Amino acid sequence: MRLVLRGREPRWAAPLAVLLAVLTTTALTAIPIRLAGANPEAAFRRYLLTPLSSAAGVDEVLLAATPLLFTGIAVAIAFRAGYWNIGAEGQFLAGTVATTALALSLPDLPAAAALPLGMAAGGLGGLAWAALPAWLKRRGDIDEVVTTLLLNPVALLVVQGLLNGPWRNSSSGFTDSDRFGTGYDLPALLPGSRVHWGFGIAVVVIAATWFVLGRTSVGLQLRAIGMAPQAAAFSGIPVGRLRFRAALVSGGVAGLGGASQVMGVQHQLTQGISNNYGYTGVIVATLGGLTALGVALVAGLLGDISVGAENVSLVLQVPPQLGAIFSSLLLLMVLSAMTLRRYRIQWARSPRRRTTAPVRSGG
Amino acid sequence: MSLNVVALLSATLTIATPLVWAGIGEAVVERTGVLNLGIEGTMYLGAFTGFIVALRAGSPWLGLLAAIASGVLAGLVMGLLTVTLGLNQHVSGIGLTLLLIASCEFTFRLLYTGQRPTLPHKFQVWLADVPVLDQHWLTYVAFLVLAPGSWWVLRSTGMGYRVHAVGESFEAADVAGISVSTTRYVALMVGGAFMAVGGAFLTLAVLGSFALDIISGRGWVCIALVIFARWRVWPVVYGALIFAVTDALQLQLAITSAFSSVPRELMLALPYLAVISALAVWGRRVHYPASYLKAYRRG
Repeated sequence: MRLVLRGREPRWAAPLAVLLAVLTTTALTAIPIRLAGANPEAAFRRYLLTPLSSAAGVDEVLLAATPLLFTGIAVAIAFRAGYWNIGAEGQFLAGTVATTALALSLPDLPAAAALPLGMAAGGLGGLAWAALPAWLKRRGDIDEVVTTLLLNPVALLVVQGLLNGPWRNSSSGFTDSDRFGTGYDLPALLPGSRVHWGFGIAVVVIAATWFVLGRTSVGLQLRAIGMAPQAAAFSGIPVGRLRFRAALVSGGVAGLGGASQVMGVQHQLTQGISNNYGYTGVIVATLGGLTALGVALVAGLLGDISVGAENVSLVLQVPPQLGAIFSSLLLLMVLSAMTLRRYRIQWARSPRRRTTAPVRSGG
Repeated sequence: MSLNVVALLSATLTIATPLVWAGIGEAVVERTGVLNLGIEGTMYLGAFTGFIVALRAGSPWLGLLAAIASGVLAGLVMGLLTVTLGLNQHVSGIGLTLLLIASCEFTFRLLYTGQRPTLPHKFQVWLADVPVLDQHWLTYVAFLVLAPGSWWVLRSTGMGYRVHAVGESFEAADVAGISVSTTRYVALMVGGAFMAVGGAFLTLAVLGSFALDIISGRGWVCIALVIFARWRVWPVVYGALIFAVTDALQLQLAITSAFSSVPRELMLALPYLAVISALAVWGRRVHYPASYLKAYRRG
């Protein structure tokens, strides 16, 4: 058995592939739900529909989606430029650290100064954390997958080191920082809502990305770099410089996500401040097809499921990790299905080889 | 200040063992041109499967066997994604790691909410009265069998030759009649088994219990070690020992309190920083396997 490339792809192939992937993922995640002793149908209704059936639920979903909007669009920006930034986790954490450093050293800043400075610090922190791999890629053509990935555990160690040492909570002695001054609290978007300005900023960033990628010449050049770097270079696009900038912007956006989370939700630095948001950002960006709208939709879906997962874990005793199982499984299934759709299966023994062509694994 | 050298060396060997297992596993896989970022999840799966089976069956041997099987399975899935389907290796690897860790945590939470079960029988150390050599048999195997064995296989056997050929030029390997996909699948499954043993060593030999943060980045340390070693077996072992000795030293120093002000986190970050600096210094001279991150498809 082997896979043979289809000559022409039928129109219905792509939507059908996604549908099949979603159905397979649903069927496979029904197994652990059943093992947990719950009715899959009732559980899925709670995962997907219950959070959206009340205003308070929608509020929670948007709150849960906020960090994923940031990390998802951050990863998408880099991937679009053909820069494989796996380091959104570390850049997110670097953002939280930079914001915390500012908030702890100037605790009494009034909101008018604290809010913009706090967000800016987070963005710069993420940008700085992304700078080294981006620079190594630009100067030495050093593979960024490994360097961005390896800086993630380093960022986590920085957070832990600071919380175990200088930033240990001065009143409780626990390993989380003191609460920030109230000037740093991102205000709620609507009165009574938990959704904070961070969500609004994320939406603005996503809209700006949509505009830049789709409507400007820089966006066109970036997409060209991502799709065919050699052709782009040949046509005079400064590939190295643009990719370097995309990498920095990507880190900065992830860092903004960190600032938004620490100023909008926790109001202090904690060890678990990033609930795998950076790695999940890779899922969000990939499932979203590296488009602004796709990222927004997938982040919303994963936010919905994570709120649902907490609910199901309380009501039906299904552990909340089911949300993470669902999203990672969905990623692998959709990627597989989208690739399979371009092939048909040939059951006969393989014929003699003809020509060979290496394929750089596709985004 | 007094430094207990015996305890230091003994701890070094124990800390290095899972890194040697998983690091060599990753090196074997990467030599065929596949970057397996599923390593963190595969180690986690091995630690978890080994623990659960050992707990239920009452034997660490059965646990180890189950861990090996789970590692082979994880390698098979990675092969399906990156070899057969030719998907993006880093995205697949991250996805697999997230899936495996979430699945294991899910199962653990389901079975043992709020409990911390311990194994009735875990592996005991050999030569318990001899200083430094009082190690688990998996440590002995790692240094005396796995490392020289995989070095020899990669260097002097047909299997090693095929691994090298596929990693350096899969078109040429294919023309020479070497199956690119079979070689990669075998490497992924064998490497996956090694990674799982590395994880299972922690639950079956060291701890005798399972914790949700059991692997906590050891897989990423191995990714760093393999690059630092430039995909060669013995340097992976040396790298693991260097990392382990700084960690053990740190624990010792914290106990003897003279150096307790050196943050442990700084020491733990050393392997990553070392690799990134090494990459920066070596620059273009780092010779990655030529087919690194590439999927192979006949035209």
